[in-house]
Amino acid sequence: MALLQIAEPGQSEAPHEHKLAVGIDLGTTNSLVASVKSGEAVTLPDLDGEHLLPSVVRYLPCGNHQVGREARKYASEDPFNTIISAKRLMGRGVEDVKALGNEAPYHFEASESGMPFINTAAGKRSPVQVSADILETLVERAEASLGGELAGAVITVPAYFDDAQRQATKDAAKIANIKVLRLLNEPTAAAVAYGLDEGKEGVIAVYDLGGGTFDISILRLNKGVFEVLSTGGDSALGGDDLDLALASWFAEQLGVSEIDSALSRYLTEKAKDTKEQLSQKEHVNVVFELAECCKELDVTRDQFNEIVSPLIKRTIRACRRALKDASVQPEEVLEVVMVGGSTRVPQVREQVEEFFGRKPHIDIDPDRVVAIGASIQADVLAGNKPDSDMLLLDVIPLSLGLETMGGLTEKIIHRNTSIPVARAQEFTTYQDGQTAMAIHVVQGERELVQDCRSLARFVLRGIPPMAAGAAKIRVTFQVDADGLLGVEAKELTSGVESRVQVKPSYGLEDSEIAEMLKASYLNAAEDKEARALREQQVEADRLVQSLEEALLADGDKLLSAEEKALLLDEMAKLVGLRQGTDISAIEQGIKALSKASDKYAARRMDYNIQQALQGHSVEEIEGNG
Amino acid sequence: MDINKNYFEFIGLPVSFHIDQSELADRSLELQKTLHPDRYAHKSEREQRMAVQYMAHLNEGVATLKSPLLRAQYLLQLQGIDTFSESSASIDPMFLMEQMELREQLEEIPEQDDPFEALDDLTGEVDQLLKQLRERFAQQYQDQDLEAATSAVRKMQFLEKLVVEIERLEDRLDG
Repeated sequence: MALLQIAEPGQSEAPHEHKLAVGIDLGTTNSLVASVKSGEAVTLPDLDGEHLLPSVVRYLPCGNHQVGREARKYASEDPFNTIISAKRLMGRGVEDVKALGNEAPYHFEASESGMPFINTAAGKRSPVQVSADILETLVERAEASLGGELAGAVITVPAYFDDAQRQATKDAAKIANIKVLRLLNEPTAAAVAYGLDEGKEGVIAVYDLGGGTFDISILRLNKGVFEVLSTGGDSALGGDDLDLALASWFAEQLGVSEIDSALSRYLTEKAKDTKEQLSQKEHVNVVFELAECCKELDVTRDQFNEIVSPLIKRTIRACRRALKDASVQPEEVLEVVMVGGSTRVPQVREQVEEFFGRKPHIDIDPDRVVAIGASIQADVLAGNKPDSDMLLLDVIPLSLGLETMGGLTEKIIHRNTSIPVARAQEFTTYQDGQTAMAIHVVQGERELVQDCRSLARFVLRGIPPMAAGAAKIRVTFQVDADGLLGVEAKELTSGVESRVQVKPSYGLEDSEIAEMLKASYLNAAEDKEARALREQQVEADRLVQSLEEALLADGDKLLSAEEKALLLDEMAKLVGLRQGTDISAIEQGIKALSKASDKYAARRMDYNIQQALQGHSVEEIEGNG
Repeated sequence: MDINKNYFEFIGLPVSFHIDQSELADRSLELQKTLHPDRYAHKSEREQRMAVQYMAHLNEGVATLKSPLLRAQYLLQLQGIDTFSESSASIDPMFLMEQMELREQLEEIPEQDDPFEALDDLTGEVDQLLKQLRERFAQQYQDQDLEAATSAVRKMQFLEKLVVEIERLEDRLDG
């Protein structure tokens, strides 16, 4: 009888079966995947032994695509079909990406929602799909290397990413068929990679200059807890900008004025190469093979420093601001951790050292440190380390607010607030008889709405006609642990309600994601139904297993015999349904069991809280006595 | 559910304006370890949702109890007095005069010979005033003189706004 099977908790499945989980650093220039193997976090190489996967995808006329080094070879030759730095386009509208000019020389086309699509030889591709193609390659690599299907992944994003950019990243994972355990901020991941190794305590600064973004985070480490105190940076400044600055200096020196996409790519590649050489050498002789002739330029490190110095100064200004936000003086910083390939540039290290007054850490390969940290977090989140004390407490990087009268922003959640967070604010109508209210959600620090990023717009309708100022509309913002926002609006006197999971203004529509999913299923020759069934079964198993573990731990303490019997009954029902293939029946069964056990789950939470606080008082009494 | 408890009870502290900040930090850390959604990442969706709810309540509670102004406002709210919305209640004219003078002082700072020293002076002055108001509030709240306590909170709000403006100016001067 099914009831017996689950009456003995823990027998149906090994409770701490090792799950395969990875950390993915989805970078602007390069991407990596890492995993904890036999207790050690390592990045996983491809078959040729290469760890870095260039974040480049080339689309071919036959409809296929190439990812990585193979694609990068064609960057100059086939610039319109070879997409580099797609991360810079994530969560952005057509106008934003067109403003990038030669940095993103693709043929863009707007979808109905204003989302940019790139016209390639293989058809229209959104930046989200390009990212999904990169993620898929990494997951294939990981599954081959680890020898099994992944239970989930932690994907890193720049701390400075706004809601639209985070949502776009999550959408990319969805299209690539990856269960996202958490979106983790890159600097926090780097801190994990360093902190856990050495069991440090104190304030650390993570300076992360990647290909396309700059992040600075100030964290406090204390007994396995990583608390982000503040974060700042510039989502449009990175190592690529050093290349571009040098490339335009080249153009000036060479006297070339007409620069097409191919030449621009050529000069940028040369600049990148020169920059890397100048990290080792004092001067470099650069040979340019131009259409009309060959030219040479001698570049010294001092010249290069002068060209890039203003850009690096911008990063130092952001460091100063982040310290201030954290209420920390530069001399209080115990360690400075460097992340991102661009921190190899000597001028970057010098300016950082000068500002913080200490030599920055470079012991872990700055290209790999983020992926390594993410894999450590993934291992914990997958449930492989039930006794781990590690905890990451993060903050929201940019303030969230609403548009009010006169195009002004009213901030509801300020930047550097700990997440998850929920906060409500009340608004009222400004006209007699007003029955609808437009709600415009924005993110950013500026006072004028036009200077902030527009995240979403929706309308609360059905407000009963009242005198101006009589209606009470409560708008609630909820930010989850991934930093993603949900907004709810409610008219309090009538109870009229409107709820949105914020779909960014320039995000993919659900239907578009469904389309892309379908396409990828066709490629993988996998049945959508089968996948949906599996998902529901996994969720059903998870729920039943959670309850079994819970009953074993405290079922008799927190439930009456009658309550327990009822719960076991519901569990048996779901276990029965789960054996079948009726997706919606399983879904209903999950809902029913969730509902039946909601009270128990809440009691357990409350009980845990009391335990946590009690343990605390006991410690204190002992400490005082 | 515990998230219906007030923040003091939820975090396990006595309902009072006086708070031991290190105890608040210790207790919130214990609770974060128990409630953080990461602890439930491999559990069912319901547990994850619930953890987000509890953790949001905790974070809001910690933020409220940490800040003297928010803590004072929250204590009044527990007594049924709302100081979060705009008020038309009149404020003692002497105090308003003092505020105007402080604001004039702030506006003149960029033209001073040493604006940073002038900023430090003003910050010190405002901090002193805030400290006095907090002490006054603590006493009035303890004596249950809620009317006086409310008026102290209104004054704190003025000064906290001034602190924000001082910081803004500091940022501008820093370039």
